[in-house]
Amino acid sequence: MEIQLLLAGILFLTGLAGFLVRRNIIFMLMSIEIMLNSAGLAFIIAGSHWMQTDGQVMFIFILTVSAAEVSVGLALILQMYHHYRTLDADAINKLRDSKDNENI
Amino acid sequence: MNTIFIIAGTVAIISSLMSITNRNAIHALLFLILSLLSISIIFYISGAPFIAALEVIVYAGAIMVLFIFVVMMLNIGQQEEFEHKWLKPGMWIVPGILATVLLVIFIYVLKEYHFEEKVTVVIGPKAVATSLFSSYLIAVELAAILLLAGIIGAYHLGRQRKKVIHRFLVRAPGKKQPSGSHEIKAN
Repeated sequence: MEIQLLLAGILFLTGLAGFLVRRNIIFMLMSIEIMLNSAGLAFIIAGSHWMQTDGQVMFIFILTVSAAEVSVGLALILQMYHHYRTLDADAINKLRDSKDNENI
Repeated sequence: MNTIFIIAGTVAIISSLMSITNRNAIHALLFLILSLLSISIIFYISGAPFIAALEVIVYAGAIMVLFIFVVMMLNIGQQEEFEHKWLKPGMWIVPGILATVLLVIFIYVLKEYHFEEKVTVVIGPKAVATSLFSSYLIAVELAAILLLAGIIGAYHLGRQRKKVIHRFLVRAPGKKQPSGSHEIKAN
């Protein structure tokens, strides 16, 4: 059990590192997928350890959330590419104050 | 079981790392699919065959196809230069050492706390469905509402619209227009 939880933790940290490091927004979405998947892995492992079905039920809910998030996120990425012609997450700073914009 | 787990887990970790450090989006997606497939093997050997099938069908089948579809639609090949300085190997030495220290501590803590060993029991789809539709029924309906919201949101965001900019905003001094493909009718 401990080594399986270790695997889930390492996968989650991989996804977190990818989310923090990459600026390409498609890679950020993929890192979110890795993190959600590792959380589901932890649920399955715990459910199989205590021989309950709740872990698998929770994984189905995680799957639902992940599917909804990916569809909306990819639609947002399409809109962003349509407007800005880039996938750089730092390029979307129109909400920032214009005074700060001059300093950058 | 343990050998299979170690092999599949190693493949999962390595392919996840390759996926987040790859420059090419399609290659990264293929590595991500590999990681999902190896995690599905882990689900299978820890007694959840239904979830293993769902992982392959929904994650590796549907969600990754959505990703690949968007990547191919946007025609992203080699990435632009904006994140080259983030991916230099020299930057990773100190955070890598610190993370390795934390990982060693994590392994030590998990080794110290002994879980009692149990035989793997296969929990089939029937038990999962019984639990899902009896005690988690309200959560199933909430998930349905969430999926409906996702469908509506994706449809609303994915629509191509003519953007209407007010004529006072068209030629604001010193402001650059957002570079889209919209034709602004000059009044």
